[in-house]
Amino acid sequence: MKIYRTHILIAEDSKSILEGANEVKKALVNEIYKKGLQDEISVIPTGSLGFENIGVAMAVYPEGIVYAPVKVEDIPEIVEEHLLKGRIVKRLVKSWEKEEVTVGITRPEYIKGSQYRAVLRNVGMINPESIEEYIANEGYVALEKVLSVKPEDVVNQIKMSELKGRGGAGFPTGLKWEFTAKVKNPEKYIICNADEGEPGTFKDREIMEGDPHTLLEGMVIAGYAVGSRKAYIYIRGEYTLSIDRLEKAINDAKNYGLLGENILGTNFSFDVEIKKGAGAYICGEETALLDSIEGKRGEPRKKPPYPPTSGLWNKPTVINNVETLANIPLIIIKGAEWFKSIGVPGTYGTKLFSLMGDINWKGVIEVPFGTPLSKIVMDIAGGVAGNRKLKAVVLGGVSGSLIVPDEIDTPIDFNSLVRIEAGPGSGSIVVLDDTRCIVDIAKNITYFFKHESCGKCTTCRVGTEAMYKIVDKICRGGGTEKDLDILEKLSKDMQLTSFCGLGQAAPNIIIQSIKKFRDEWLAHIREKKCPTNICKMDWEEEQYEEIG
Amino acid sequence: MKKLVSIKINEKDYQVSQGTTILDACKQAGIEILTLCYLKGIAEEGSCGMCVVEVKKAKTLQRACITEVGEGMEIFTDTPTVIDARRMNLELALAHHPLDCMTCDRDGDCTLQDLAYQFGIKKSEFLDEKEAFEISKETSWDTNPFIQFDPQKCILCRRCIGACENQAIVEAISIAMRGHKSEVSTPFTLPLEETTCQFCGECVQACPVGALIEKPRVGKGKIFNLTPTDTVCAYCGVGCNLQLYNDKNNNLIMAKGIENPLVNNGRTCVKGRFGYEYANSEERLTTPLIRENGKLREASWDEAIQYTAKKLKEIKEKYGSDAIGVLGSSRCTNEDNYVVQKFARAVIGTNNVDNCARLCHSSTVTGLGKALGAGAATNSLDDIKDADVMFIIGSNMTETHPVIAQMVKEHQRKNGAKIIVCDPRNTDIAKEANLFLQHTPGTDVALLNGIMNVIIQEDLLDKDFIEAHTEGFEEFKKVVEKYDFDTVSKITSVDKTLIKKAAEMYGSAKNATIFYTMGITQHSTGTDNVLSVANLALITGNLGRDGTGINPLRGQANVQGACDLGALPNVYPGYQKVVDPKVKEKFEKAWSAKLSENVGIPVSEFGDKALEGKMKAVYIMGENPMMTEPDITHAKKGFEKLEFLAVQDIFLSETAEIADVVFPAASAYEKSGTFTSTERRVQLLRPAKRKPENTKCDWEIIGEVATAMGYNMQFKSSAEIADEIASLTPSYAGIHHYRLEKQGLQWPCISDDHPGTKFLHKDGHFKRANGKGLISPVEYKPAKELPDKEYPLILTTGRILFHYHSGNESRRVKVLDAFVPRNYVEVNPIDAEKLNIKDNEMVKISTRRGSIKVNTRISDRPKQGLVFISFHFKEAAANVLTNPALDPVAKIPEYKVCACKIEKIQNIRRKKV
Repeated sequence: MKIYRTHILIAEDSKSILEGANEVKKALVNEIYKKGLQDEISVIPTGSLGFENIGVAMAVYPEGIVYAPVKVEDIPEIVEEHLLKGRIVKRLVKSWEKEEVTVGITRPEYIKGSQYRAVLRNVGMINPESIEEYIANEGYVALEKVLSVKPEDVVNQIKMSELKGRGGAGFPTGLKWEFTAKVKNPEKYIICNADEGEPGTFKDREIMEGDPHTLLEGMVIAGYAVGSRKAYIYIRGEYTLSIDRLEKAINDAKNYGLLGENILGTNFSFDVEIKKGAGAYICGEETALLDSIEGKRGEPRKKPPYPPTSGLWNKPTVINNVETLANIPLIIIKGAEWFKSIGVPGTYGTKLFSLMGDINWKGVIEVPFGTPLSKIVMDIAGGVAGNRKLKAVVLGGVSGSLIVPDEIDTPIDFNSLVRIEAGPGSGSIVVLDDTRCIVDIAKNITYFFKHESCGKCTTCRVGTEAMYKIVDKICRGGGTEKDLDILEKLSKDMQLTSFCGLGQAAPNIIIQSIKKFRDEWLAHIREKKCPTNICKMDWEEEQYEEIG
Repeated sequence: MKKLVSIKINEKDYQVSQGTTILDACKQAGIEILTLCYLKGIAEEGSCGMCVVEVKKAKTLQRACITEVGEGMEIFTDTPTVIDARRMNLELALAHHPLDCMTCDRDGDCTLQDLAYQFGIKKSEFLDEKEAFEISKETSWDTNPFIQFDPQKCILCRRCIGACENQAIVEAISIAMRGHKSEVSTPFTLPLEETTCQFCGECVQACPVGALIEKPRVGKGKIFNLTPTDTVCAYCGVGCNLQLYNDKNNNLIMAKGIENPLVNNGRTCVKGRFGYEYANSEERLTTPLIRENGKLREASWDEAIQYTAKKLKEIKEKYGSDAIGVLGSSRCTNEDNYVVQKFARAVIGTNNVDNCARLCHSSTVTGLGKALGAGAATNSLDDIKDADVMFIIGSNMTETHPVIAQMVKEHQRKNGAKIIVCDPRNTDIAKEANLFLQHTPGTDVALLNGIMNVIIQEDLLDKDFIEAHTEGFEEFKKVVEKYDFDTVSKITSVDKTLIKKAAEMYGSAKNATIFYTMGITQHSTGTDNVLSVANLALITGNLGRDGTGINPLRGQANVQGACDLGALPNVYPGYQKVVDPKVKEKFEKAWSAKLSENVGIPVSEFGDKALEGKMKAVYIMGENPMMTEPDITHAKKGFEKLEFLAVQDIFLSETAEIADVVFPAASAYEKSGTFTSTERRVQLLRPAKRKPENTKCDWEIIGEVATAMGYNMQFKSSAEIADEIASLTPSYAGIHHYRLEKQGLQWPCISDDHPGTKFLHKDGHFKRANGKGLISPVEYKPAKELPDKEYPLILTTGRILFHYHSGNESRRVKVLDAFVPRNYVEVNPIDAEKLNIKDNEMVKISTRRGSIKVNTRISDRPKQGLVFISFHFKEAAANVLTNPALDPVAKIPEYKVCACKIEKIQNIRRKKV
């Protein structure tokens, strides 16, 4: 193996590529060749370097210097000054104010605030397209370990860790596996739900783009544990980079005998196939997802039977979220006790969040469960942008919950959040400042659901449409207090009687916003005024506005 | 027995079996929950949310229709939360539904209306009337004459889709778009007729509102102005139970399939659903006619009866009883046919009585009679679900017996049963098959022998069964062993791997059942074909159990019954032989008449006998031989030579046109009586409308003629006739009308408390004298007329989905005739190219007997070298072409194979004047 004096890690996740990472890398490599440094310096593409609104970022090791944002025209200077002459280009260095930092498994220089890098330990540290780099970082060690024990021991290990599903519902993963493992059926399936469709959510993408092998390894272990030979990754069609990297990872793993027939020389064979979603939000619902893989129109199925006993093609099927599966190798390597040393009782381990909205730093973070929301918003995300006032936080996506400043100190874990009628949901945090209109937000959310309802049940199909119409009417100054009553009644009915989670969760934020921001709703109705001056108040006749 | 679970409904304790839905549990507890979208077994999507209930500890309300009860479950059906939620869901369902009940055909017959009434909702909070009416009333896909779809009224409950998927099994419609833009649609909004739709209308029957409706009924009356009657479909032999609706003008305007789980279970096909209309036709005969100076003139009943009696008496006296032939009918009731054969035997004194089964299933009667001792279907529709393999040979069942095809397809899809199809045409059912063997027409014996040879070679025989319950195996084996792969492949043109696979699939099945239709029977080797089929079942022991057997599918509503009741030249009712002196004595005593001991002449020989001058008069009840005889040009010559021809019919058929006397009869939808379906099920007909004035039931007419001839045959009712049948027919001994009110009975039903017989030959006890099944050695014989240089193509004939028999009824149903108004010839694309003919081009098709002009339909259905023509159209009658060669035993003509040629019609250029 060649030894380099300097390694440059350049973020090549989809966001960075949009910012020009490919061009910057090309320029960098060219410049290195031009200066004849190609045998001394290696340029390695890697996953996201943390925050997203910092342009193209690169880290230079062993110094641990992060440059961001880097533009093509900065390259000659970096190469000339830093790489050739050893002088740091100070004007491009990205550094955070010194803060207390919790150390995770890896601790890249550029990670900000009280994060704990466990699931994301390799992201931004290794080349996601190199299986060798993954292996060099304890990759596939967990797989080797489980193949030497009985499948039920693996299930027990996961059960002991008390890992809960990271897709939103928080169902104990070990229990789910056990259901499937216990069914006697030669045909079982593992499905990774990578259809990350909840608006404002992109934490799974961070894993798939930055460390695809960790996901694969988790899937193979799941397959071994429950007795499955075949897995699908159901992924958003728009995640092209994730798809490319996963495909490469699958091929590389096969070449290494870590996937396919007789894995690592054992009797265990396992195959992973990628299925691309076509953009329907409902297909993130696990049973609609099954229909979609089967080639049908994606719509939720009746439950029971639940997928662990009757899923894909009516065969026992484990459906796990990307983040859940990415936790598996770590738990196997480090043990359930280690896992339970992170987080809080009842909710162990770490949680990934995608941060968005009116904050200073946006991107994907990983924190131990139990971290207060305020710490995430004010500390890690650098507080509300422009020093404006926090109005609310949308936690867990548009089907999640609305958290007001009074509740912001709530620790993020299942038990604490339930007390404020919330949950971590999809793992998205959208921060709203005081310039946002809550009715306008509600309108956008209801429009989304109206657009994404699959139409199977009357409650959701007509309910989402009716909800949008009422909110639109109020938003534009045409609403009455009776409308608000009907909206509340309708929302309650939808929560109680919609066929699946989509319809049941669609009114969540509407209901909470009416409860927590009633004055603002009433201002739109009684005074025909939008306190933040966002809504147009142009209601004349019954003409509904199509947005989106 | 399923485990019981204890539950509470509204705080009362109940025990119900595990797996029961909450909806059914509530029903058992006497709590009816009205639903919009739920149809058990058909549509179980749980979309409407009208059946929600509160279940203790559940976060959300549960849909009672799709949620199973669990141990200790506490259910509340009438809490304010539940009522509010249902009300809200109902308002949402009503949100886009126009409140135009006043002009809706389904007013009074609409679940949405019932629910709105129950909840007292005058108008949905969410109803935006303007928008409700913005949805277009028309769709681009309902251009057909049968089914109308009004998207405005559609509440997207998806019952229609469930019906199409789970009953019709064609999946012609589904949901397009998403969410509030969802709509019921065909693929790519193609017109229904361009999809897989079979127009069975099961979607219409499933629709809880007025969105889907039968076009012919639109504007003709609401449910409360109609009188429903439960009766039996008068088309094919499946015996679908129908509910027919009569309007105030005595016109049938609607039909529904009755949910009889043993028969059609709510299903019916396009002819059942829409084909009743002929009964309303203005072309119905309403007065007797007598031929005078070569023309038919109106006559009084008395005159026509006396004239007929006089003529028949004269001919009988002059030429003897055997110079008269009588024809019963598969489209008339058992009682009619009993009376007609009694008339022939007791009044005329001849056994020259037959029915059109001669032309369709006489080889079944002879073949299965010889092999098993009973010439009827061995098993029941209800036990299709117990078969592991369904072997279908010579049956285009999706068109000829659509409802059975639906059952077969359902069993394949739901339970994974396998379908093997052998057919010269790549029919719809062949396309669904797990194995499809496309053999040359007329090579069935060779194909079956080939299959059985593999079964012997691979030791897939049921040796114990052969040993204990059959005879003739060794002789049979010697013959079959000659049929090796190469020989069979050469004769049948079927690939040998397919023969092997079919043998293995059928031979290794636990239970395998056989269906066949006229592809087996209508050959000069018809009896041989049937014997071969019987051999296949016998050597594998596939008889005498649920899910096994041999099921000849009967083509007409009462073809089974007409045979059962002795409208055959060799047997009295119940297949009691005319040559048996004891039997003869019994009937002579019962009928107080001297009876003939000679076997009579079959209908397929009537024409020739007339030409020879041996037959002088024919009396026909509801048959149309001038369309159905092979080589009708020739047959017509014979019939025209008769001194006297009497026809009783509901229309002036092609045969009635040449008759000397015509009697106007009541149709099957206007009379009482019984039909015996393809599964030996005797079912009760009830008059769904009043018969036209001045018409009579067939048995009445014959009774009057008989009485006028001096033999008193005045029955008071069809029930009285049925009682006489029971007294003389052992297999019908327990069948009386009063027993058939709720459910039919399958013969043999030997006493008044006998429950009927679901399948024959139980435990391998066959009906033959020694109780054993006969395995016969059958050699392959080619069809009587094979293609040659002059006539290079094989012509085969048959039924199509939208028509029936000689077209006498179906051509008079406006919607059916509008949909398929003319005949066509199916030609394989390769042949078409060779002949340089295009699709829908008028061509001349000729055989040695005649020629017709007909339009082409280029299709991959017939194999190369084969053409197909249906026999329903008088304008281009297939039987001008067919070969009258007969099976030597059954006397069935070879409708399925003859040699023909197709010629282009040259454009004749007219000279300009």
